[in-house]
Amino acid sequence: MSQAHVEKHRCFGVLAEYPDGAELMKGIQKAQADGFTKMEAYTPLPMHDIAHQLGYKNPLPLLVLIGGLVGASVGFGMQYYASVVHYPVNIGGRPLNSWPSFIPVTFEMTILFAALTAVLGMLALNGLPRPHHPVFSAEGFELASRNRFFLLILHYDPVFDADKAWRTLEGTQKLSLQEVPHP
Amino acid sequence: MSQAPQTSGEKPEFIAPGHTLSTVSDKITKIVLTRETPRGWYLGFGIAFLLLMVLVSSIGVLLLKGIGVWGINVPVGWGLAIINFVWWIGIGHAGTLISAILLLFRQDWRTSINRFAEAMTLFAVACAGIFPLLHVGRPWLAYWLLPYPNTMSLFPQFRSPLLWDVFAVSTYATVSALFWYVGLIPDLASLRDRAKSKPWKILYGIGAMGWRGATRHWERYETAYLLLAGLATPLVISVHTVVSFDFAVSVIPGWHATIMPPYFVAGAIYSGFAMVLTLAIPLRKIYGLEDFITVRHLQNMAKIVLATGMIVCYGYAMEAFFAWYSANPYEEAMITNRMTGPYAWSYWMLLACNAATPQLLWFKKVRSSTAWLFVIALIVNVGMWLERFVIVVTSLSRDYLPSSWDTYTPTKWDWGLYVGTFGLFLALLLLFIRFLPMISIFEMRTMVPAGDEAQKKEPHA
Repeated sequence: MSQAHVEKHRCFGVLAEYPDGAELMKGIQKAQADGFTKMEAYTPLPMHDIAHQLGYKNPLPLLVLIGGLVGASVGFGMQYYASVVHYPVNIGGRPLNSWPSFIPVTFEMTILFAALTAVLGMLALNGLPRPHHPVFSAEGFELASRNRFFLLILHYDPVFDADKAWRTLEGTQKLSLQEVPHP
Repeated sequence: MSQAPQTSGEKPEFIAPGHTLSTVSDKITKIVLTRETPRGWYLGFGIAFLLLMVLVSSIGVLLLKGIGVWGINVPVGWGLAIINFVWWIGIGHAGTLISAILLLFRQDWRTSINRFAEAMTLFAVACAGIFPLLHVGRPWLAYWLLPYPNTMSLFPQFRSPLLWDVFAVSTYATVSALFWYVGLIPDLASLRDRAKSKPWKILYGIGAMGWRGATRHWERYETAYLLLAGLATPLVISVHTVVSFDFAVSVIPGWHATIMPPYFVAGAIYSGFAMVLTLAIPLRKIYGLEDFITVRHLQNMAKIVLATGMIVCYGYAMEAFFAWYSANPYEEAMITNRMTGPYAWSYWMLLACNAATPQLLWFKKVRSSTAWLFVIALIVNVGMWLERFVIVVTSLSRDYLPSSWDTYTPTKWDWGLYVGTFGLFLALLLLFIRFLPMISIFEMRTMVPAGDEAQKKEPHA
C-alpha cells in the first residue's frame, strides 16, 4: 500500500496515446464515466468536439473587446488632450475638438490594442511561454505535433489514483500507456 | 512538372490525394530540417545580398549628402520614394487579405499559401517603411512623428493624413507581425519535436514557447487567431484608405477625388496577388510543392487578379470621366497632360499593363498555365508601379500655375534605393524559406481527410 502511495506523489498523470480523434474521444468518455474530471488532451490540430467534451470556457473574446475599447479611449483621449487641453491652437475659429479628423488614429489604436490583447491574452491564459512541461518527458510525445492524439489524466484530479487511471485507460483502444513522472 | 491530377471534367483539388496527417507534417518540416538547401537558394541569396549592398550604399550616400541626391525638386517633392512606398505597402496587402479575409470567408484553399503570403506582407511593409523614413530628410529625428511628452510641449498634427499614415502603417506592421508569429507557434513546436540537432531544438523551442497542442490551448489559440483575422480585415482596408488620403485630402488636380480610397484598396489587392503569384510559381516548382499549392490555387488567385484588375480599370475610366463631367479646367488639363504630356508614355504603358494584359485571364487555358500566369503577374507588378508613378509625378509636375511647372527625373540614387529594397525583400524571404515552414503545417493537417474527419466529427451523446 505504501508503495502505491509513493507512486501517487511522484506521478504527474497517466498518458494514453491514440491513433485518431475518434479513439481519443472514446477514451475521454470512458475516463469521464469513471469519474475523472481533470484531464487534458493533446492533438496535432485544433479539435472542437474534444474541447466541447472537456467543457472549457474561453474568456478571450471579452478581454479583446475590453482591449479594443481601451485602445479607442486612449486614441481619442490623446488627440483630444493634445488639441483641446494641452495646446489649443485657434485656426480661424475652427472647432478645437475636430472629432472627424481624429477618427483614423482612434480606429488604428483600437485595432492595435485589441490585437495585442488577443495575442498576449492568449499566451497569458495558456501559461505560455513555458519552455518545459512534465508531459514533454513522456515517451513518444513528440508525435503530438505530428499525427498522434494523447489523453492525460492529471494527478490533481480529486479521484486520481495512478492505478485506477491506468485501469480506466487500459480498456480503451490506446497505442501506448504510460505514467508521466513528476519532475 | 508533376501537377495535380486533372481527371476528365473534375476540378483539380486543393491538396493532392493520398496525404495523411503524417505525410503533410513530414513533407513540410523536411524542407526546413533535413533536405539539402537547393543550389538555387544560394544563387538567389547571392543576388539578394548584392542588391542589399546597393540598398546600404544608397542609404549611406543619402545620409551623407542629404535628399538632394534624389531627383525631387520644388513642384515634385514626392518622387520615387512615395511611389515605392505605396507600391510596397500595396503588395503587402494581399498577404493580409489571404490570411485574414479568406479565413473569415472560410475559403479553405488559402491554407497552403497564407504563411508565405503573410511573410511577404511583413517584408514588403519593412521595405515600404524605409522610404517615408528617409524622405523626412533627417531620419534620426523621425521619432518626432510620434506623440510623446517633450520639452517643446508639442504634439504632432493629428488632423493631417500624413500623421494618420504613421499610425496606420505602424499598426499594420505590428498586427501583421503578430498574426504571422501566432500562426507559426504550433509549427515551431512541430519543428522543435522533429529537429535532430540540439541548437535547433533549442532555437525552435524558444520560438514555440512550450507549445504542446493541449486542447485548452488550441481553443484559445483559435479564438485569438480568428479575432486577429477579424481585426486585420478592417485594418488592411483602413491602411490603404489612409494612404490614399495622403493624396485625396490635398487639393492637387488628379488627387482630390472621392474615388481614391476604393481604387487604392483594389489596386493594392491586385498588385499583392500578382506578387503572390510571382513568388508562388517558382517556389512550388523548386521545392516540389505542387501537391499543396495546386493549379487550382493558381487559378483562384488569377481570378482575384482579374476581378481586382477590373476594379482598377474602372478607377482609370472614372478619373477620365470625372475630368470631363466636372468641367473643371484643371481636372481636364490634368487628364490631357497624362495622356499627351511629357509623361504620356507612363500613362499608356500603365493602361497596357493593367487594363489590357489581365484580360488574358478570362481564358481558362491562360489561368491554368504557370508560365502565362508568371509573365502576367510580372507585367501587373510593373503596371502597378507605373500607376503610382503616373499619379504622383504627372499631377505634381503640372498643377495650377504654369510658372511653377517642372519635370522630374529620378537619379541613380533613387533607382538604387528602389532596386536595393528588392535585395532586402528577397534576402528576408529566402531566409524565411530556409529556416521556417513556408506552408502552415497545422492548418494543412486540417485539410487532409483524416484531419478533416477528426475535426468535424460531432460530439457523441
